[in-house]
Amino acid sequence: MYKTVMMKPHDHVAIALAAIPEGAVVHVICDSQTYTVQLKDGIEFGHKFAVVPIAEGQDILKYGEVIGVALSDIEIGSHVHVHNVEGKRGRGDKLGDSVKP
Amino acid sequence: MTASNHKFWGYRRADGQVGVRNHVLILPTITCATQAARQITELVHGTVSFIHQHGCAQVGVDYEQTFRTYAGMGMNPNVYGVVVLGLGCETHQARSVAQDIARTGKPVEVVSIQDEGGTLMAIAQGAKIAARMVQDASAQLRELCDFSELMIGTECGGSDACSGISANPAVGVVSDRIVDAGGTAILAETTELIGAEHLLAKRAVDDKVSKRVYEVIAAMENRAFHMGVDIRTGNPSPGNIRGGLTTLEEKSLGAANKSGSRPLQELIDYAQRPSRKGLVWMDTPGHDIEQLTGMVAGGAQIVLFTTGRGTPTGSPIAPVIKIATNTPIFQKMSENIDMNAGTIIDGAESITSVGERIFDEIASVASGKLTKAEILKQHDFGIWRIGPTF
Repeated sequence: MYKTVMMKPHDHVAIALAAIPEGAVVHVICDSQTYTVQLKDGIEFGHKFAVVPIAEGQDILKYGEVIGVALSDIEIGSHVHVHNVEGKRGRGDKLGDSVKP
Repeated sequence: MTASNHKFWGYRRADGQVGVRNHVLILPTITCATQAARQITELVHGTVSFIHQHGCAQVGVDYEQTFRTYAGMGMNPNVYGVVVLGLGCETHQARSVAQDIARTGKPVEVVSIQDEGGTLMAIAQGAKIAARMVQDASAQLRELCDFSELMIGTECGGSDACSGISANPAVGVVSDRIVDAGGTAILAETTELIGAEHLLAKRAVDDKVSKRVYEVIAAMENRAFHMGVDIRTGNPSPGNIRGGLTTLEEKSLGAANKSGSRPLQELIDYAQRPSRKGLVWMDTPGHDIEQLTGMVAGGAQIVLFTTGRGTPTGSPIAPVIKIATNTPIFQKMSENIDMNAGTIIDGAESITSVGERIFDEIASVASGKLTKAEILKQHDFGIWRIGPTF
């Protein structure tokens, strides 16, 4: 059985505490809830996967707090990382030229 | 002699502060004097110094911040005495820095390369003074001191997804223990608290501190806005991202765990000495060495440094206890990393238990046990510059 951790009950993601191959079924436990997830991608040690479906544009929760926003729809069991999540803070690239010196 | 709970063996200074080391610091106030300073450390046992590129053609708040950093390094209680080494014509005058340090009552002397008539005479003069100070320092005995006299810096660098689960929460336990013992714990790296500021503002002792939390966060975030870039191009770093951290907010929420759960007493400027005990936040960037230098210049005698990717970081004057967030990196870089919090990930140990081990290690290191970074002479130093060089 592959080790995982999910920080808070309302989180959308869990963390792999071992490399987990694509197609493996994992049981993620957080408080009294258990999520049974079949992984759609191989997940490296320390990386995240979705435990619930996440819609494009939706805020993503970890530690019970917002860690970013989904760039596309993310299915249960998919790798959640820089390819489908962007940060909401420190986004100087999203401002017009007006604020640049 | 062994250190018991809440006690350690330290060096009492003239101003009442306590050092955990007894260094003689060769302090170059200008980049032009750093090579001569390094030469003195080659000649005289028991001396330390650092290389840097600052100290001239600086103005305004940038001048002040660099000045405060130099003076703070000299004033840190881990330093027995200081030889301040200048060139002579620089903006950051050795004599002015020495005057600030002298307020602590510790031995301070000034050597100027231009006044001495060149590098070799300056080295000889500095070495003569340093040799005398080192012998005096060696005659000082450690005495039993209380944990309430400790100021502990906390830092994470080379973070991975385990940082926020294992080592940072364990350091949070230690932070609470230090605060409960009457000491001071420094939280820093403002950049890596962007996205977690609301959690810390809620713990502020009053509205003024809470307001400052949002101000320093806004100032840091504005720097990214003014550069027109996504802060993620630099933070989280490529190594953080390979370690599983996706956004700055995610990194910040993990980093904030180092602060434990006690009230936030004040928010201080870079390299400023806290005016209150308990948990304080120093406004520093996330850059490991600039943050470390700011905390040590602010008076931290020991720094706790968590790392997931592995790092050699150390300070010339403060022991840095490095703590691995995962067992594989602890095993891979054991020459650099002192302790393993990866046991939490492995399911072998609780967060509290690791926190207790770190707390005990602080007593040992404060009493003289050397850290890996000290043994490897990892004498890192970097100033957070907030203005251009002219």
